[in-house]
Amino acid sequence: MSRRGRLAVFSVAGLGLAVLLVAAFLDARPFGTAFHPLGDASVRASLLERATANTVASITFDQRGLDTMGEEFILFAAVLGAAVLLRRDREEREAAAPDERREGRGQVGHMPEVIRLAGYLVLPFVVVVGIYVVAHGHLTPGGGFQGGVILATGLHLVYLAGDYPALRWLQTNRIFEVSEAAGAAGYVLLGLAGLAATGAFLYNVMPYGQLGQLASAGTVPLLNAAVGIEVGSGVVLLLAEFLEQTLVLREPGGNRRAGAGG
Amino acid sequence: MNLLPYLVTGWLFLAGLYGVVSSTNLIHTVVSLSVVQSATYVLLLTVGFRTGGTAPVFADIPLGTAVVDPLVQALASTDVVVGATVSALLLSLAIQVHKRSGTLNPDELRSLSG
Repeated sequence: MSRRGRLAVFSVAGLGLAVLLVAAFLDARPFGTAFHPLGDASVRASLLERATANTVASITFDQRGLDTMGEEFILFAAVLGAAVLLRRDREEREAAAPDERREGRGQVGHMPEVIRLAGYLVLPFVVVVGIYVVAHGHLTPGGGFQGGVILATGLHLVYLAGDYPALRWLQTNRIFEVSEAAGAAGYVLLGLAGLAATGAFLYNVMPYGQLGQLASAGTVPLLNAAVGIEVGSGVVLLLAEFLEQTLVLREPGGNRRAGAGG
Repeated sequence: MNLLPYLVTGWLFLAGLYGVVSSTNLIHTVVSLSVVQSATYVLLLTVGFRTGGTAPVFADIPLGTAVVDPLVQALASTDVVVGATVSALLLSLAIQVHKRSGTLNPDELRSLSG
């Protein structure tokens, strides 16, 4: 279908959808209403019964932990899918040895020393923030998913500081493949522990403790840690695939792929 | 203005959909799809909002404080994770399309070729 034809069809369909949406919104629950029976019940359950200060974490990892396991495995499957889709073709080969690559990068643009230094200086702080966000996920906003992404971002400061070979060494040494699988398996094992102890999968088997303490909320901090490891490793692996596409692989002709900045 | 947040949701959804339909670059298509999905974040948070409510995290507020609905916030966080993974997969597909056919314009992808 031509572009114009497609837009004509869309304008009719979009207009119809817009009318239906507005009609639905006119009948929707009022914005800012105080009527949240399910939300109120969840808040009561997490504060009074489960000693979890961050009620969102209690819902995510305790009250509906099974959904979160599915969510975690969506991420796992997506990383796997990206790795399969971006696997190396038979004709593709590595662009150059690390030494040559270092020269090549010098041609593209010189990395000022101060940026390199800043990257290495910020790296430990970002890693600490990432661990903090994972470890306090049941007390303050954050958790395994958010902290895992921060940890993965921190590692890529090595790349921004200009040391791609160091990052690539980390990526190709299978550390993150093992830790990603270990994180995903840890979640399932915690679920099986609940199954073995109480007969319900992912049932909280640890004592809940005191509301607001670091050691509270039962298995929620442990599940957060498992998810944090899984997400952090998964994001590293995912970005490794994309970085490899632009920085390492060459097309059969020997040219660096178009658009590669270095 | 009671309806405004809902209207923003609908507008984001339709604007993103227009982007998908009119796209001439697969990367642009993926970004437009993210715009469509961001409509669902706004819708979830709109449904869960309570006038005068604060964040449902009882780290530094007394018990019994009015808070917004934490259930939809948990759903929104799931939504964000799924959105990010879908984008990653679609971008990998776009890279493969470019490798095989040399173009990212969906209009130029006429036939299936192995």
